[in-house]
Amino acid sequence: MPNKIHVNKLTESVRHMVMECNYTLSPDVKEKLNDFYKREDWPLAKELLAQIIENSDIAHRDQVPICQDTGLVVVFLEVGQEVQLVGGNLTDAINEGVRQGYAQGFLRKSVVEDPINRINTGDNTPAVIHTEIVEGDKVKVTVAPKGFGSENMSKVKMLKPADGKEGVVDFILETITTAGGNPCPPIVVGVGIGGTMEKAAILSKKAAVRSLDKRNDNKYYKELEEELLTKINNLGIGPQGFGGGTTALAVNVEYYPTHIAGLPVAVNINCHVTRHLSKIID
Amino acid sequence: MSIKLRTPLTEQDTDKLKAGELVEITGTIYTARDAAHKRLIETMEKGDALPFELDGNIIYYVGPTPAKGEQVIGSAGPTTSGRMDKYTPALLEKGLKGMIGKGLRSQEVKESIVKNNAVYFSAVGGAAALISQRIVKSEVIAYEDLGTEGIRKLDVENFPVIVAIDSKGNDYYEIGKQKYLENKNNSLKNLV
Repeated sequence: MPNKIHVNKLTESVRHMVMECNYTLSPDVKEKLNDFYKREDWPLAKELLAQIIENSDIAHRDQVPICQDTGLVVVFLEVGQEVQLVGGNLTDAINEGVRQGYAQGFLRKSVVEDPINRINTGDNTPAVIHTEIVEGDKVKVTVAPKGFGSENMSKVKMLKPADGKEGVVDFILETITTAGGNPCPPIVVGVGIGGTMEKAAILSKKAAVRSLDKRNDNKYYKELEEELLTKINNLGIGPQGFGGGTTALAVNVEYYPTHIAGLPVAVNINCHVTRHLSKIID
Repeated sequence: MSIKLRTPLTEQDTDKLKAGELVEITGTIYTARDAAHKRLIETMEKGDALPFELDGNIIYYVGPTPAKGEQVIGSAGPTTSGRMDKYTPALLEKGLKGMIGKGLRSQEVKESIVKNNAVYFSAVGGAAALISQRIVKSEVIAYEDLGTEGIRKLDVENFPVIVAIDSKGNDYYEIGKQKYLENKNNSLKNLV
């Protein structure tokens, strides 16, 4: 017998989560900010990190958005194959959660219905939803509202197999250097390597919302994450791009098998207001 | 220590500000972002009057969240300035003296800043809750139909910014990074 889950549970979870993650920085991000604040020895950089930390404290205390760009909502759904969703359309249920949360939470509505003709939908819908079928009888929902100061600086490139690790590292560093102060450093860098073009892009987004405490399980990629973090922080871009040793709080890499002829790489940049919140529904 | 500045800005104000300095602004500033800039330029091209006087004034690139309860304005941090680059030189030519945003500006904007003795400030991107506490009054004065992108007149007190590009064209996005890297290399040399 499948586990029947009413879609209203998803609406309720999304409604609540979009508000909560816009008001309160997740503990992993907060902890990294505090760590880097202690380590940063460049005076202006330290002053700016202090403002960033104070800002997140005020937002949490007053229950107001940390950043005015409350984002376009990205939702990752992991649906257990033993689950039967009942009571309505899944996509509509999620969008209803976004609609309610953005209205009740005094969050900015930043979505336009047509990318060229640009009419605001007025309720921040639709969300971008990525659904994956997994084992089990539960649904895991992750919401990650994405601001576009940083999203606009993200890139995908189809490298050649011969470019190898060096090509991957060069492309990532070049992307971060070009972005400079625009994506509101200190940033969180999500990297997706392999698959196809769109697979790499989705992996990079998944990587960007992974907990900052969690390194890749694969030793090679764990070391790559650490090497990239050091190299990015050695660029000297610093908080807001005005110089310093804190350019990125973490680099998270996800990888996937790919074709003999290709090496897709995607870099998804998040700002210091990296919002991500997950909940399991059963 | 921050330099205190009062709007409207004068030539003496912009003359003395140097890239990298911390400044606190008090007085009136006007908000405008992408869609509002497009309309301002269309209005100018038609030869019609703008909704506010540009002379000596500052435009803040922001699209705030809706105000909650007793709030004057919702969270109100800076948006990426580069998207306004296309429109900025025309506004500087007409008397605009300052912009507040975040991130890099084009070469054309830099040249126009120098030519018109203006200044580009950066506020801390993302620090929207902190910044909104320095806004004491907010009123939509034009383009209300644009929602968050409408033009607001803001009264601010000790609004915290950094001089990103000064009136001589010094760009702290370049200088700050260089200074940091030189200092770091020097301290490494001292260790060796």
